[in-house]
Amino acid sequence: MSLLEVVDLHVTVADQQILKGLNLRINSGEVHALMGPNGSGKSTLANVLAGRPGFVITRGSVRFDGENLAELKPEERAQRGLFLAFQYPVEIPGVSNMEFLKASLDSLHAARGQDLLSTMEFVKAVRRIAEELDLAEEFLKRGVNEGFSGGEKKRNEILQLLLLQPRLAVLDETDSGLDIDALQVVAAGINRYRAADNGVLIITHYQRLLNYIVPDVVHVLTDGQIVKSGGKELALDLDEKGYGWVTA
Amino acid sequence: MNSEYSAGFVTEIDSETLPAGLDESVVRFISAKNNEPQWLTDWRLKAYAGWCAMTPPEWGQVRFPPIDFQAISYYSAPKSMADGPTSLDEVDPELVRTYEKLGIPLHEQEILAGVVKGPEARVAVDVVFDSVSIATTFKEKLAESGVIFCPISEAVAEHPELVQKYLGSVVPRKDNFYAALNSAVFSDGSFVYIPKGVRCPMELSTYFRINEQNTGQFERTLIIAEAGSYVSYLEGCTAPMRDENQLHAAVVELVAMEDAEIKYSTVQNWYPGDKNGKGGIYNFVTKRGACLGDRSKISWTQVETGSAITWKYPSVVLRGDSSVGEFYSVALTNNYQQADTGTKMIHIGRNTKSTIISKGISAGHSQNTYRGMVRITPGADGARNYTQCDSLLIGGASGAHTFPYIESQNTTAIVEHEASTSKVSDDQLFLCQQRGIDTEKAVSMIVNGFCKAVFRELPMEFAVEAGKLLEVSLEGAVG
Repeated sequence: MSLLEVVDLHVTVADQQILKGLNLRINSGEVHALMGPNGSGKSTLANVLAGRPGFVITRGSVRFDGENLAELKPEERAQRGLFLAFQYPVEIPGVSNMEFLKASLDSLHAARGQDLLSTMEFVKAVRRIAEELDLAEEFLKRGVNEGFSGGEKKRNEILQLLLLQPRLAVLDETDSGLDIDALQVVAAGINRYRAADNGVLIITHYQRLLNYIVPDVVHVLTDGQIVKSGGKELALDLDEKGYGWVTA
Repeated sequence: MNSEYSAGFVTEIDSETLPAGLDESVVRFISAKNNEPQWLTDWRLKAYAGWCAMTPPEWGQVRFPPIDFQAISYYSAPKSMADGPTSLDEVDPELVRTYEKLGIPLHEQEILAGVVKGPEARVAVDVVFDSVSIATTFKEKLAESGVIFCPISEAVAEHPELVQKYLGSVVPRKDNFYAALNSAVFSDGSFVYIPKGVRCPMELSTYFRINEQNTGQFERTLIIAEAGSYVSYLEGCTAPMRDENQLHAAVVELVAMEDAEIKYSTVQNWYPGDKNGKGGIYNFVTKRGACLGDRSKISWTQVETGSAITWKYPSVVLRGDSSVGEFYSVALTNNYQQADTGTKMIHIGRNTKSTIISKGISAGHSQNTYRGMVRITPGADGARNYTQCDSLLIGGASGAHTFPYIESQNTTAIVEHEASTSKVSDDQLFLCQQRGIDTEKAVSMIVNGFCKAVFRELPMEFAVEAGKLLEVSLEGAVG
């Protein structure tokens, strides 16, 4: 059974039709890249998968591990193992990163009937990941994304990815706004996450991230539909010839 | 969804309750009930006369129908108390159960057993049920260090010189309408005296409970900290769920001498009314401290989650040079609650310092107002004030208002005011949900983060309690 199966998905946002019959299947162990011009519906797909209010499915279906996602609240989707790395992570002043991560991990474990980590185990786990991502200790005590630079916010998303170990990671333009060093750190984190029993959907404008994370499948989304899919070389072709080449 | 008010039960006990209505005879009755000396009876009568000539204040950002002061009973006491129990065993067992339900440990052994964090973590408790003080714990232990902690009625009998000297010295009888009413009819409350150089060996605490229907509660608290002493005091308040509004008009006076420090914390959880705004307590309270001595310090910390209407401004008069006043406040309103609360810092001495941190949270259809005054008088050279006033809105139907008044008559003074208004955003909630945290928990986490600067000021045990209280009070605020 596939991890994610999207069939003929139609989605409206504020009464505007954004996705117009999108089909996508991701199996465990696969990394998919979704590329496409601005306004093609890439972020809409990410948001509708995560269940953000305001994104309305008007036709088609989304199944995650065989379950109909439309029937689940956002937190239930997260508890099932769906993770969204946000394009614009918001700040939560006064709530420390540590406190937030603990609340998140505890909620996921509790929902799955798993034992909660002790504070010691938790702190150790977070510190180890933070070190790998080159994030200073002090950063964990600050409010969630509070006063973080763009790059720090994105690394914080990857920290959450590595800590929460979801079944499917949807990365919404995680590479945007990153300098080359930060890009490499983030890519290394995602590669570390990759495993035979999980899947990744990378949403990006640019081919450059795919130099570091080699996808199994590349899709091109234009005007609410996937118009072309192929191997990793498709990304290179797009980079060279532009999206016009696909739609022409 | 319903917000659960867990303290909303009624206790069935025999009470002696005065019929509704207020006149001189009622004032005399209360005074006689307490076996008061003539000076106090006269003091009350003057307050009553003053009150008769006053009208309720109307400047608050709160709306409610006029209160019929003749429809309220001004005295209610559990009957079994009439003959004066000599030990806790003689207290009506129903009453003891009430306090057990509220989680207040009346037995000293329980306190000792429950809190084993060293002697300073112990809490001595005074309990005021409707109008009278029920039990004060740890009295003997406190007496060893010379600390007096007892019902104010008892202090009148046993320490008349202290009460006569300080009663009304900070909040004069005719300070305002509700303070005058309290001065006329107060029936009990707590009295604390910390002798020179003594650091009170434990937290002192009073729990207030309104039980009877159609009664008002008018307690009076007086705390005197002599030179170089220290005390930390906490009050908690609850009431049954009733459809009628009930009046609570307390007065608290604090006096700090040279180098003395008083830390006064309140966790106010009076019944807030139901989700449609029916019932609830009118909490019209006057609290003021006087920093009389040089380098004295008074610190107010309040967590206000209850009451249909809150109208209170714990204040500090900074008379002594280099004295310090602090006000840390979290006021949360939900459903149809209204709060108009803040502080006054009156700088008189030189190099006096005040800090105001106010966090207002409005959810549902509630209205939440910060009203604060900073006054620098001409002699207050080098005075400093820092005010930070933040509002957090939850949902789209609530209101947050800020009325800061700054009066500076001294050019060497520095007064800073910062204010912000923010909203618990859909994006914040969605981020939490996406990480597996449900909205109720998310809101509570966000609100607790917002209040962190104030919770830090609460004694440890109560900071946890305050966090939980916010969570309960916010139930149903989103969703």
